[in-house]
Order: sequence, then C-alpha cells, then structure tokens
Amino acid sequence: MDVKDKLIFPGQVHETADGGILVTKLDEAINWARANSLWPLVFGTSCCAIEMMSAADAKYDWSRFGFEVARASPRQADLIIVAGTIVMKMAPVLKRLYDQMADPKYVIAMGACTISGGPFFYNTYSVVKGVDHIIPVDVYIPGCPPRPEALLHGMIALQEKIKNEPYFRKKKD
Amino acid sequence: MNNEDLKIQISQYIPAASYDESGEFLNAFLPLENFAENMLLLRQKLQLDYLFCLTAIDWKDHIAMVYHLLSKQQKHTLVIKVKITDTANPTMDSVCGIWKTANYHEREVYDMFGVHFNAHPDLRRIFLDEDWKGWPLRKNYEDENMIAL
Repeated sequence: MDVKDKLIFPGQVHETADGGILVTKLDEAINWARANSLWPLVFGTSCCAIEMMSAADAKYDWSRFGFEVARASPRQADLIIVAGTIVMKMAPVLKRLYDQMADPKYVIAMGACTISGGPFFYNTYSVVKGVDHIIPVDVYIPGCPPRPEALLHGMIALQEKIKNEPYFRKKKD
Repeated sequence: MNNEDLKIQISQYIPAASYDESGEFLNAFLPLENFAENMLLLRQKLQLDYLFCLTAIDWKDHIAMVYHLLSKQQKHTLVIKVKITDTANPTMDSVCGIWKTANYHEREVYDMFGVHFNAHPDLRRIFLDEDWKGWPLRKNYEDENMIAL
C-alpha cells in the first residue's frame, strides 16, 4: 500500500439525487482524522534533534504526512518525539512535559539513547537507560542517529497504529 | 617568552617548582602550600592574564589539579599542575580572586571530583542536583544506576 492511499477517507459515498450519503465507522473516521494531523512537540536533546529538524525541513518535509505544525507548547501537541539522550536531570522535565500533553498522546523514542541509553549504557552516572523508564513509548526507531527516512517511517508506523486502535472500544483500566 | 625563559623566571619566584617539558607547553608542578600566593605572583610577573582551562584528574592515589594559563600580551602558555594527596578530603586554595573565570571551573571540579576550594565565594554543585551523593568523575565512584562493563 502506498503512503498516499493512507490519506484516503475510510468510507463509501452512496450517490443519491441530492449529492450522496457518506457511510463509515466512527472509529475509523476519528482515527483517520487524528492520524493525519499529529502535531509534534518541539523537543530535542542532542544529535537526533538535528536529524529531526532535517525531517521537518523542505527536503524530507514531514508535513506531507500531517506533522507540519510542530508546537512549542506541550498543551497543543499530540506527539512527543524524544530525540536525543535523556539524562537524570532531564527526566523530571520530560515527565512533566508528557503529563502536560492532552490525551490522546503518543511517544516516539528516536535513536539508541532513548531506547536503551545507547552508547551511554555502561559506566555512566548521568544517562537514563531507556526513555521507557519514564514515559510509555509507542514507536521505537533504532539508529545513532536514525536517518530522516527512518524517522518518517516510524511516524508513518505510528499513524498505522492509531488507525488500527479501537477508539470507542478501548479497554477500561 | 619561550619555555626555557619561563622556566628560569618561575624558578626565581618559586624555587620549589619542578618541571616537565615533554609536551608542547611547559608543565610546572607547584606545591600545595601557599598555592594562591604563588599563582598571584605568576600572574603578575609573567602577565598570565587568561586562565583558559581548569580541571582535575583522578590518579587514584592522588588528585592532580591542572591549570592552563595564557599571556595575551606575550603569547606564551603555561600549564600548572598540583598534586593533592589527601583523596579522602581534598582541599586546596581557590584562584577565583586571581582569575574570575575560575569561579565556575572550580564549581565544576567540586561537582565532579569533590575538591574543596578554600575561600571560594559560592562553592556548590554546578551541573548535578543539589542532593546528589558522591563525586561521579572519581575512579571509585559507584551508584545503583550504573552498569559496569
């Protein structure tokens, strides 16, 4: 399936004399809208952030897939891309940013540092060994740093995940 | 001034100094006693107006303080080293009063190595949280989050 096909509205139009009736499932319609308008938070802590900026810029241009409005406030963001090493001192800040985001919210762990601590796994006093110790992660993107294509792939994988989750039939905790 | 001239000058003011000339810069080893007075003397006599690096090394049996000094007028560079043998409670003179930049550098050395600087105006941790236990760049540092290779 091509990326463009994912933008097509999930439903059918039944032609009538006055213009037609749209038939769809609420789950699918809501997920379609949410998945194609994910606003990422401006959050980058090291070299992965440079690749993330590259993915946002004209050459890779993540706005093609609905990520165009990077927000400087967590209250307006749906997605946090943890791009870079998280140290012990940054951990409470990241947790706070995540808590400030409105539901539904998603997390992408970009790069080796956010997955496991990466090159800072051994013999370090300062680095958090995996961002999933602090906040729940939806998509992991390996690499050091991952190329912008890999980030885009991860973000499209997240869209796929959103489209397949039952919005109204979520299990209660 | 070249390294040889520097050495002759320093020997005049601080007879107790010893030297290592194997590197690019002249390394002068000064005694721990009267360190601030000696440094002030060097600054005045050799026009060492710029402290461009202040750090420490943990050699396990002692801690070495390293000062890189530069004269902007005379274009000479000098490295000062001091041994602190009391690793349990390392203490030495602050050079904040001589080079203002030493304030933050010494706070970093205090943060990472636990060296106490006498007469420092504001000696507290600069990078780590205030309630951090231990000195992370010491060779014998351990904590529960660290995974040894």
